[in-house]
Amino acid sequence: MIINHPLLGPRDAQEFVYLGDATLIDRPDWQASEALDRFYEYLYLRDNPAGMHRELWFHEQGDRSWLVVTRNTVTHEITSVELARDVARARGRSK
Amino acid sequence: MSQANRLAGGLIDRSRGISFSFDNKRYTGFAGDTLASALLANGERLMGRSFKYHRPRGPLTAGSDEPNALVELRQGAFREPNTRATVTELFEGLSATSQNRWPSLAFDALGINDLLSPFFSAGFYYKTFMWPKAFWEKVYEPLIRRAAGLGRLSMAPDPDVYDKGFLHCDLLVIGAGPTGLAAALTAARAGARVILADEDYEIGGRLNSETFVVGDTSGTDWARNHARVELLSMPNVRLMTRTTIIGTFDHGIYGALERVSDHLAHRAHGKPRQIFWRIYSKRAVLCAGAAERPIAFANNDRPGIMLAGALRSYVNRWAAAPARKVAVFTNNDDGLRTAADLVAKGVEVSAVIDTRADGAKVADADHFRGAQVIDTKGRLGLTSITVRLSTGETRTIACEALGVSGGWNPNVHLTCHQRGRPNWEPSIAAFVPGNCPPGMTVAGAARGVFSTAAALTSGAAAAREALAAIGIKALPADTPKAEDQPIRIEPLWHVGSAKGRAWVDLQNDVTVKDVKLAHQEGFRSVEHLKRYTTLGMATDQGKTSNMLGLVVMAEISGRSIPATGTTIYRPPYTPVPIAALAGRSCGRDFRPTRLTPSHKWASEQGAVFVEVGMWLRAQWLPRPGEIHWRQSVDREVLTTRSSVGICDVTTLGKIDVQGKDAAEFLNRIYANPFGKLAVGKVRYGLMLREDGMAMDDGTSARLAEDHFVTTTTTANAVAVFRHMEFCRQCLWPDLDVQIISTTEAWAQFSVAGPNARRLLQKIVDPQHDISNEAFPYMACGEISVCGGLRARLFRISFSGELAYEIAVPTRYGDALIRALVDAGKEFGAVVYGTEALGVMRIEKGHAAGNELNGTTTALNLGMGGMVSKKKDGIGSTLSEREGLNQPDALNLVGFRPLDVARPLTAGSHLISGRERAEAANDQGYITSVAFSPSLCHSVGLGFLKNGAARKGEVLRAVNPLKNEEVEVEVVSPHFVDPEGERLRA
Repeated sequence: MIINHPLLGPRDAQEFVYLGDATLIDRPDWQASEALDRFYEYLYLRDNPAGMHRELWFHEQGDRSWLVVTRNTVTHEITSVELARDVARARGRSK
Repeated sequence: MSQANRLAGGLIDRSRGISFSFDNKRYTGFAGDTLASALLANGERLMGRSFKYHRPRGPLTAGSDEPNALVELRQGAFREPNTRATVTELFEGLSATSQNRWPSLAFDALGINDLLSPFFSAGFYYKTFMWPKAFWEKVYEPLIRRAAGLGRLSMAPDPDVYDKGFLHCDLLVIGAGPTGLAAALTAARAGARVILADEDYEIGGRLNSETFVVGDTSGTDWARNHARVELLSMPNVRLMTRTTIIGTFDHGIYGALERVSDHLAHRAHGKPRQIFWRIYSKRAVLCAGAAERPIAFANNDRPGIMLAGALRSYVNRWAAAPARKVAVFTNNDDGLRTAADLVAKGVEVSAVIDTRADGAKVADADHFRGAQVIDTKGRLGLTSITVRLSTGETRTIACEALGVSGGWNPNVHLTCHQRGRPNWEPSIAAFVPGNCPPGMTVAGAARGVFSTAAALTSGAAAAREALAAIGIKALPADTPKAEDQPIRIEPLWHVGSAKGRAWVDLQNDVTVKDVKLAHQEGFRSVEHLKRYTTLGMATDQGKTSNMLGLVVMAEISGRSIPATGTTIYRPPYTPVPIAALAGRSCGRDFRPTRLTPSHKWASEQGAVFVEVGMWLRAQWLPRPGEIHWRQSVDREVLTTRSSVGICDVTTLGKIDVQGKDAAEFLNRIYANPFGKLAVGKVRYGLMLREDGMAMDDGTSARLAEDHFVTTTTTANAVAVFRHMEFCRQCLWPDLDVQIISTTEAWAQFSVAGPNARRLLQKIVDPQHDISNEAFPYMACGEISVCGGLRARLFRISFSGELAYEIAVPTRYGDALIRALVDAGKEFGAVVYGTEALGVMRIEKGHAAGNELNGTTTALNLGMGGMVSKKKDGIGSTLSEREGLNQPDALNLVGFRPLDVARPLTAGSHLISGRERAEAANDQGYITSVAFSPSLCHSVGLGFLKNGAARKGEVLRAVNPLKNEEVEVEVVSPHFVDPEGERLRA
């Protein structure tokens, strides 16, 4: 596969390490009520779609960017690649 | 016999005779021959024995789809089994051996299987070898493996060299027949970067097997001397012959196997045998052509019976007649071409049998329309065929070869590698490409366009279309004139109601009857049919047989051919040696080797090295007279504990953490707090995974308000860094913190033992006070050594002794180990390896990889109190889960054998009292053991249920693997200096 890195252009998937569902960005607030349940859901409950999937890839043999790759798990078509940091900020994460 | 069947003409170089051997018999052929063509020219039709029944077989094809003519090529360690004689280029001294026969090809004792064939029908393995169950491993399997196999492996390491490579292009053209040449020329003239690949060693594809005219010259001349010359003259073209595109992968990536040296007697110095290329293409045009398929009839497998198109290849391209008297059996116009070409070459055509009532007449041959071949004779080679005429009467016709044509199947394989399914096209009675992978178009015979003129125009059009999609404009192609004959076909797959066996899959010995039996027994999907009968398996993957098999299945089940469907096509298109996939990544070069800064010094001392991940570390350093590793390790431990020892600890991961929020960052990635760590101090950090399990541990040294140096274990250096980047970028994107791995930037040595400070004081520059008062336990600082060399000093201890770790820029690592050893002489210092390191950490009760094994929590490790509840840290929330905090949770404790002479075994499980040693009674397990030279007995660390409260209890450490039990006492894990007085001294 080829991943079109937003900073570096098209790179072979071999340069990357896969992590999994991009919802791992949405780490719960440790002080929220029922934090234990929220963390349990965050860590263990995942969709496993046959189709579009937003997932985290790490450019380990490259610039060390974490990326959010939107990939069709059936065809491997990749429709968007974003810097995970930008996605995290857009989802309200900061410090 | 000297090439008795050699004809005039052909694409062979008669000035270059080549001598070769087959089954130890000498032959000669010519440059340009394949092994199969040369053997046929020498009158040899018999080239192998079949897989299951050991039936005598000769070549069916003239290409890579060959099911029969498989030989063992070369000798000794170079021997390669299952090499297709039909694509093996002849070279001087080539030596080949037939396989799957004993004692000889002509007389094969296991030919008895053929007589026993009623017992060997489809699925016979599953039916016959079911009982008694115990017989499978000892009796049946070895028996089957000996009897039913193809070639033999050399059983020696492969002496050849293989390589991997990467190529990029705008347009990949797969196949260099007329279609591919037209596509490549069109694209190349437009300035596109073109790769043209073909599995053959000659370009031209079928043009080399035909007598067609292209433009105003022969097809062969056009391919060789016009198209090829023009392509070679253009720098934007890479022409790759002997290169098979074996698979279509994601996003325009293709796998290709280039056979660089297989056609040479000896690999040229510095050249690999084969290269596995990964080709990155923007677009691809598949011009893979088509493959002919046979018609099944009784005894259709005798040597001399081959595909009609292959016969044409042998006579036209290689000027080799399989026999002097030949018949042709066809259901389509293309088969008639074979008869015409044979006649033109002066080969006697004894009969043309056309299944159609209205087939055209070929001059100078007995012509039977509406007739079928229903049987054949000839034990080791064809002698005659029996024909049923349209009138119903039968006639026997003498011939030594028979060309069979059942029509042509487009080579759709590469269009299906991403689960694409081909479509049925009734006009040619074949499957044509359906949905292609993105970026691929198909042209020429591969999409069912069979005339040469149509191939040329379709290739050129496909190239233009592909280039237009990537913004390259190509001019309308000026393709040369060529034949444009339609091929009429009247499908006939097998001759019904045959008495003898009609073979569908020659490589796997599957007959029409086997397919019917499979259906009868319920194996009705083509995928089940394949697994049950093995039809379509092995080296040819059913290229000549799959269609026939599925048609027979369709007939029996009453379904249409498209409704029956094909099996899934998967890479590779033709076999690829595993060695080519590995390239140079084998043996020592399987992965990189990382050397420590003291490696050279340690080698000079005769150190014994051990692989730790990619690193080579000194395991122990024997001194003269030491004959057992324990002598060396015990000495290293005892000297360190009594005086001083030095150890290279560079391999531990080092991560530089900087920024205004560096402390806050560490605070969150470790379970224990870091916010209040003073500058100039080091703290131990326990890193949890989000699920609360221990991930890693290490130390963090605060060199400045906004600067830390964090260490990881050797094994987890990469994973921890990845995790820290995840936290930094994905969880807290606005924290002001930067991290970088500096593992290889600093050489780091541990100096441990009561004399550690005195030793270091000899090399640390005098302006730096490292006394216990000025530089206490857990201090750190940037200093200089040896007269101005910048260094970092950390007062941390893994061994439990007064200890420091000293780091210098890596390029001074070799100098520093020598300086430390010099300075240590007056104290009798030792350098110790990983073994002594391990012994000392077990004696001290420090957890390492065996304890941080992915299933243990901070509580298990005795560090539950470290998990701060006042801050957010990765893993802190989920480590509070009820199930991880049960009263009988495992605790890290120490173990001592009651009988001090007995060694402990890591992995042993702990059982109370006289209870049975079974899982239900499991109390825990031992993780690490060592012989403690300090205590003179074996010591162990491990996890025990509620172990912290069970000191003094005696348990049984059970190792069922070796049937041994040792009585152990539960003790503190700190065997040496439990109060920690030494490290603060």
